[in-house]
Amino acid sequence: MSEKIRATAPDGPIETRWERRRFEYKLVNPSNRRKYTVIVIGSGLAGASAAASLGELGYRIKVFCYQDSARRAHSIAAQGGINAAKNYQNDNDSIFRLFYDTVKGGDFRARESNVYRLAQVSNNIIDQCVAQGVPFAREYGGTLANRSFGGAQVSRTFYARGQTGQQLLLGAYQALSRQVAAGTVTIFPRTEMLDLVVEKNRAVGIIARNMITGEITRHAGDVVVLASGGYGNIFFLSTNAKGCNASAAWRSFRRGAFFANPCFTQIHPTCIPVSGDYQSKLTLMSESLRNDGRVWVPKKKGDKRPPNEIPEEERDYYLERRYPAFGNLVPRDVASRAAKVVCDAGHGVGESGFGVYLDFSEAIERLGEETIRQRYGNLFHMYEKITGENPYRTPMRIYPAVHYTMGGLWVDYDLMSTIDGLFVAGEANFSDHGANRLGASALMQGLADGYFVLPYSVPNFLATAGHSEATPDDPEFLSAEREVEDRIRRLLSINGSRTVDSFHRELGMVLWQHCGMARNRQGLEEALKRIPEIRAAFWKDVKVPGSAETLNQALEKAGRVADFLEMAELLCRDALEREESCGCHFREEYQTEEGECRRNDEDFAHTAVWEFAGDEKPPVRHKENLKFEYVKPSQRSYK
Amino acid sequence: MRIRLKVWRQESREAAGRFETYDLDSVNEHMSFLEMLDVLNEKLTLEGKEPVAFDHDCREGICGMCGFLINGIAHGPEKGTTLCQLHMRHFQDGAELTLEPWRAKAFPVIKDLIVDRSALDRVIQAGGYISVNTGSAPEANIHPVPKDTAEKAMDAAACIGCGACVAACPNASAMLFTAAKVSHLGLMPQGQPERMQRVKKMIAAMDAEGFGSCTNHGECQAVCPKEISTEFIARLNRDLIRSALLLTRV
Repeated sequence: MSEKIRATAPDGPIETRWERRRFEYKLVNPSNRRKYTVIVIGSGLAGASAAASLGELGYRIKVFCYQDSARRAHSIAAQGGINAAKNYQNDNDSIFRLFYDTVKGGDFRARESNVYRLAQVSNNIIDQCVAQGVPFAREYGGTLANRSFGGAQVSRTFYARGQTGQQLLLGAYQALSRQVAAGTVTIFPRTEMLDLVVEKNRAVGIIARNMITGEITRHAGDVVVLASGGYGNIFFLSTNAKGCNASAAWRSFRRGAFFANPCFTQIHPTCIPVSGDYQSKLTLMSESLRNDGRVWVPKKKGDKRPPNEIPEEERDYYLERRYPAFGNLVPRDVASRAAKVVCDAGHGVGESGFGVYLDFSEAIERLGEETIRQRYGNLFHMYEKITGENPYRTPMRIYPAVHYTMGGLWVDYDLMSTIDGLFVAGEANFSDHGANRLGASALMQGLADGYFVLPYSVPNFLATAGHSEATPDDPEFLSAEREVEDRIRRLLSINGSRTVDSFHRELGMVLWQHCGMARNRQGLEEALKRIPEIRAAFWKDVKVPGSAETLNQALEKAGRVADFLEMAELLCRDALEREESCGCHFREEYQTEEGECRRNDEDFAHTAVWEFAGDEKPPVRHKENLKFEYVKPSQRSYK
Repeated sequence: MRIRLKVWRQESREAAGRFETYDLDSVNEHMSFLEMLDVLNEKLTLEGKEPVAFDHDCREGICGMCGFLINGIAHGPEKGTTLCQLHMRHFQDGAELTLEPWRAKAFPVIKDLIVDRSALDRVIQAGGYISVNTGSAPEANIHPVPKDTAEKAMDAAACIGCGACVAACPNASAMLFTAAKVSHLGLMPQGQPERMQRVKKMIAAMDAEGFGSCTNHGECQAVCPKEISTEFIARLNRDLIRSALLLTRV
């Protein structure tokens, strides 16, 4: 175990760990706060809430985002809701129950102390968002409404129609805007972090590129907060926004921040399938549809008849067949894998053959079209808009898609990485969801980190470590800047015969095939052979048009894809070394007789923590052992 | 299907722009409009030409990043739809489409179809928030909010800040955008203390950015991908008049 991996959570009763840790934290005198600069990368829920809160405390904040406005970060696309243990429904919810559900939902691969804290502050988040004016759904009496979500038997999800992420992000963005007006926060939109600057194992600043002028700039700070999101776009096709990337995290990894559980990637079962090779992204359809829809494929391989012409006895309702007890309502990971199995066997539907039917005809017959419209009208409308098909008349086609990454940069209990002064928040860190995230928990975690953890733990670091003495003219800044410029020059000078996207798609196909919903040793070894080949071809044959001194979207993409091409190897390596199945990580060699995950708590009840060892040497795998004092690990079954 | 595109090309903020014509002959009707442009850009890249720059991100109609004019209509011909959710099946085979960036004094062109919309951020910074520090919030259920009030506030809060309303307005006014935020916060009980100051400050910021005034054309509502109603502009105007009366009295 590396010296650097220490979770630093206090011992003792879990209920008071956070309170005790907070009391240990040192404080910064109000008049000294403005002398500290905090650099925040990303303006999603975690970044915007951290920046606004630290700005309110009086620190000087610089926020960087690649979009033209901080309001557009991809948190905005979250649909379902945000969990909190308010127990407003009197259904016996509690902080402990939210904690328990999250640890269990993560298949016992998360750190108990962090998850408990998350559950504790969940209630403060709702208070804060309501005070900001977030228009949450209400009951007729004016109190807040809740709905149910997967993985829980209580109703604890707060929501604003199907746009909860948008409303929470706008709340944080508005708090951030207020700090811009107050002069504590400066936002750098259309500016991308291209490297982290580290001096004596302390993060002291970043190298960034102005995406309009191409200017490379050096920014020094006393602390750097990475809130740059997840790496789902490594698969090319995902539900992420097109610009989502892992470069800030990956560059930090190369500078000494350890990376935890990269193979924990979540694949959501109900997305609109790929319709052609021009496809640029995938759109999620809420999994609530499986309450009334029946999933099936034709029994005959390659059956191209329209669904309405396939008679009942020639349909395979494979979820009902394989999981008679749960049927169409098996959890996300199980539903996704089952769809892959039938499509791989040649039963898939649609032009590409990678789709299954989600059929509402029986529900419509039983309940009437009007009831179905009331329940799912907006989703049916969105489906029709995208596919041009009317799901009231013909079954929907769905297929799983990459949605969220539980893995991320390793952080301790204070959310600090293995580089001093480099904090990581939101989806970019690994901390709370283990091997599988429950619905409506991503928004909760992003805001918990930003509103209620970093505003205490960052000042503690500043009070302890003091000012960074670094200036943007230090040799470390200048050499990092030179490396960034050299890399850009190199990308532009190759002038090969293939576009950036063609490499990205190729990488995505390899990952999807070998490191997607189901993985095995042979496939992962094949991927580990293929990825370096694609990377070599990229650096030999990519064509990046335009120049470095203007807005150049191809160049932006090229840099991100170059990083994905390195990171993909770590993903596969981690999946290969974790010789068990847990949550979203399904290794075909390790399954129960019923085809479910077989966890190996004896050998793998730990977080895999990877250390960069240079381009020539494989990364080093460390472990953070997980202790379960409050939630005893058990096996899940859905038969 | 075959599509002919006339696209506005402009190197930089300072450079003069021009239209370029491109023909695509194998457009799939299931493509989104932006995927069709992806295909064009792959082609241009391989021909050694510069791809067309356009803003986009989430591609599911919520981030507000995408937006330009198709044959003079912001976000194209489909009602209540962002460009990224507009699909090619809504166009005829052989259609000729002219693509132009948002045209407004407050939105200078950065490159091709990309404009600078930071003026909208500055309108929000002028007062489009509720001043509550993290940690000082009361218990969430302490202020009941009638269901229909919350729903109405949500109708306004659904604005994605894309700027189509400005592009469609003959005066290049940002009134619908500003009214949406003023109304969202002005409807919620939490937004009452700053309500009169907020509307005044945001309107002043809107004017200072070079947006025009509202003269009730209603073009904004017609192109708004979230179909936000001009009723909120009326609400803003009422608040603005009240603020003039109330604030001068103090």
